Amino acid sequence: MHDQVVVQCKDLRKTYEGKVEAVRGLDLTLYAGQCYGLLGPNGAGKTTTIEILEGLLQATSGTVEILGRNWREHPAELRESIGVSLQETRLSEKLSVRETLELFGGFYHNARPVEDVLEELALTEKADAWVGKLSGGQKQRLAIATALVGNPRMLFLDEPTTGLDPQSRRQVWEIVRRFQSDGGTVLLTTHYMDEAERLCDYISIVDHGKVIAAGTPAELISGVGGHHRVEFALAEAPTVSFEYWMALPGVAAVQCEDGVTALTVEEPHATIPALLALIEQNGWRLSQLTTRQSSLEDVFVNLTGRHLRED
Amino acid sequence: MTGPSNEAKTEQRVRNVIIHGRWTGYRMILMARLKELFREPEVIFWIFMFPILLALGLGIAFRNKPPDAVRAVIAQQPGAERIAELLRHATGVQSLKIEVQPSAQAALNFRLGKFDVELVPHASTIEYVYDPARPESVLARSLADDALQAAAGSKPAVPTTSRVNSEPGSRYIDFLIPGLLGMNLMSSGMWGIGFALVEMRQRKLLKRYVATPMRRGDFLLALASSRLILMISELLLMLGFGVVAFHMKVVGSWPAIFLVSCLGALTFAALGLLTASRAQKIETASGIMNVVMMPMWIFSGIFFSYERFPAAVIPFIKLLPLTALNDALRAIILEGSSLSSQAAPIAVMCFWGAISFFFAVRFFRWT
Repeated sequence: MHDQVVVQCKDLRKTYEGKVEAVRGLDLTLYAGQCYGLLGPNGAGKTTTIEILEGLLQATSGTVEILGRNWREHPAELRESIGVSLQETRLSEKLSVRETLELFGGFYHNARPVEDVLEELALTEKADAWVGKLSGGQKQRLAIATALVGNPRMLFLDEPTTGLDPQSRRQVWEIVRRFQSDGGTVLLTTHYMDEAERLCDYISIVDHGKVIAAGTPAELISGVGGHHRVEFALAEAPTVSFEYWMALPGVAAVQCEDGVTALTVEEPHATIPALLALIEQNGWRLSQLTTRQSSLEDVFVNLTGRHLRED
Repeated sequence: MTGPSNEAKTEQRVRNVIIHGRWTGYRMILMARLKELFREPEVIFWIFMFPILLALGLGIAFRNKPPDAVRAVIAQQPGAERIAELLRHATGVQSLKIEVQPSAQAALNFRLGKFDVELVPHASTIEYVYDPARPESVLARSLADDALQAAAGSKPAVPTTSRVNSEPGSRYIDFLIPGLLGMNLMSSGMWGIGFALVEMRQRKLLKRYVATPMRRGDFLLALASSRLILMISELLLMLGFGVVAFHMKVVGSWPAIFLVSCLGALTFAALGLLTASRAQKIETASGIMNVVMMPMWIFSGIFFSYERFPAAVIPFIKLLPLTALNDALRAIILEGSSLSSQAAPIAVMCFWGAISFFFAVRFFRWT
């Protein structure tokens, strides 16, 4: 299944007005049936990248091939075979949900029946409501519906769940999974690591216009050196060098932030007793101890020293 | 429900598909545009109600009244009552309202415009105080003078007769209705196209549309079509209103009126397209549109004839698209002129329309 290349993009670069380098040499390969995530903080160049792939922006240099075609020579065929949801589109408020889908479906030579799409996206009940009256989650489902009504093989979603409540986010994830299970290929951007982790088969972490790491979520996380994090704080924080903790068994990395020390470990059952023994031996006192699974956030912090969402 | 079997999965993949024809997209955009327009109460008001209310208001304010009263005041001096008596009983000056007031008050009220002429009786003569810049003042002076001379027995040197003619066609409302129609075609074309486009751009809707296989030409064509459909209703409403409410006579041929209106609607749609071709914000676009329309509101003879402007600028005024539209509409509606006699204004409109469309398409920003 994962053998047919759907999107191939090489050494993509985009420079705005000769100054701002939004994308600086980016490579992507998407296989049929994949859900591919571009994960990165705001301003990393995700939207620029996806809009170049959607044929809405022109790359400064580099090549893009989708379904074996490129935008210069086959724009009409490509438009027919992809579905797009932009980061922020405010659809006409005075049209009903059904009218909006009929309008978008009308642009495609092969379109899906509006009723089918309405049902699939749980919008049948709202079919005759004006777009202006919809909730945020319903609007977002409609935005994705306008992408699906053209019966695409490839779906591009730019930040599909930004600003949505948890339930609406899960609904969107369901829609993406169903499209994928029907044989569709998806490229989405997100700055939510949980979304990338749960939804995507393959992730490229993008920062400053470049892919800084790529792989399946599991690969990326094991790349940190361990699947677990042991985080602790000491009551009267003594100054201890990183090497001190690195000497503990099974520790792959040490980070210190706001008085909390985080150890990346492969086997917590080996590390924790040793850690406790060491603390006791020194007469220190623990004020906090937690363990959790490593996440993509840890991957990102490890790679860049920054958090994904610096609010 | 049981989990999806392999069969169900393959079945799912074969989705129902409808095949759309070449013009489905165009039809859908056109229908969506019209629905949106008619669901916007403001649009209905500005396009349909506002011009009617304007015509009604101006038509009533400037209606052909029974010879409108001009008002004369006589300063309270010896002989004032006798003059007032003469004027009140003179024939043919029912339209002259006379009052006698103390000198100071009479002078003040004349200055404030409450009277059109002031008569000051002197020992051997009557002095008229009037303002040559005010037509009604000149008229009042001459009416009062004629009446006094006639009452005193003077005979006209040249025998003359008069005939009254206030047939529909020569009245202010007849002049006004085609002008309002032209103005309406201009503002609804500029706003209807320009505003809608900038709003769509601001909402990123234009960008969303170009991410579909929508043909860009079809999109512009659908916008133009929606203007033409609206134009027909504006035309029928405006002229129908003139005919029904003011007994206006449409002298020219309807096909000619229709063609000129189409051309006008398209010209201003193109101008609206041009003003909206790059603007990212509604505020910018409405600023530009007002700058473009303002000179035409003033110079193009909507409410009064542009012949009142100095002769030197009239050739330039005639080059404005709204002047051309108003001239052609008036000539055809009021005088029954043929289309071919209106070649010059038609050429002016075609020129503006073509130039605007050319540059609009060239500079148009979809994203």
